[in-house]
Amino acid sequence: MKLKLLIPLALFFIVVGFLFKGLYLDPREVPSPLVGKPAPAFTAPVLGDASKSFSAADLKGKVWMLNMWASWCAACKDEHPLLVEMKQHGVPLYGLAYKDTEADAQDVLKQMGDPYISTATDANGKIGIDYGVYGVPETYIIDKAGVIRYKQIGPITPAALRDKILPLLKELEK
Amino acid sequence: MKHFFKFWLLFVLLVPCLGANIHAAYEADADPQLEARLKALSSELRCLVCQNSTLADSDAPLAEDLRKEIRVLMREGKNDEEVVAYLVERYGDFVRYRPPMQANTALLWIGPFVMLFIGAITLVLVLKKRSSATQAADKTTLGDDNG
Repeated sequence: MKLKLLIPLALFFIVVGFLFKGLYLDPREVPSPLVGKPAPAFTAPVLGDASKSFSAADLKGKVWMLNMWASWCAACKDEHPLLVEMKQHGVPLYGLAYKDTEADAQDVLKQMGDPYISTATDANGKIGIDYGVYGVPETYIIDKAGVIRYKQIGPITPAALRDKILPLLKELEK
Repeated sequence: MKHFFKFWLLFVLLVPCLGANIHAAYEADADPQLEARLKALSSELRCLVCQNSTLADSDAPLAEDLRKEIRVLMREGKNDEEVVAYLVERYGDFVRYRPPMQANTALLWIGPFVMLFIGAITLVLVLKKRSSATQAADKTTLGDDNG
């Protein structure tokens, strides 16, 4: 009889356990169905030199990162110094100026430094839709076979860089 | 003064709604049939930016872009399933307000029925126990009366 009385208490703790776990989940982080799939192909004009074009296919055989950003995005500016630091450590970072104007995007790179090997422009956000972007900044890691291996939603944090991104890049480079 | 403030607040709160309608009218397609299809379909899809509103209601720039994209797909002759598949491919099942029945959503679909079943069994057990307890109690009372 006494044991029976403990059942509601046990159920209570189970529910509390779920709710507690829920505190640490971010509902904005929607897992991308694109991880493990080939990176969508795109060709877009290069920022600063529209006569040149940037094509995802040209990077086949290389491990690279694609960072979606915009001059109107505050979180991108928070992330920017870390990207510049990553460039100094030789991280193969490419940019995509998402729904931005040529002039505004170039201003940011002039003022805050250019962490990208090359930046493509996506003025109407079409490439963003193909990559499932729903809020910049977002960053993808693409392997030598052109497959997306990781997606960072929101700014890259020093912890994510140290624990996930750098180890993955190292592993993929092998 | 208090009343004035209330009206002012109401006005301020309603202004964005006004903007939303103008906006929707502005981007609408000339074909009313296509527009009705878009409205019906996008009411079943989630806006990824403001997650609790549908793609039809949301004023987020991404929602606008996606509605534009859906119009293009519909004009290309894609049916509703193909349009939904296009979005799921990019944003995952999360864009659908009606999740499909598959392995990772089985608990979601079956869960309520499992709970209902457990509840029904508990109810039957409790009722049985209670009726046998009252019967026993009646017997003892009768016995007491006789004795």
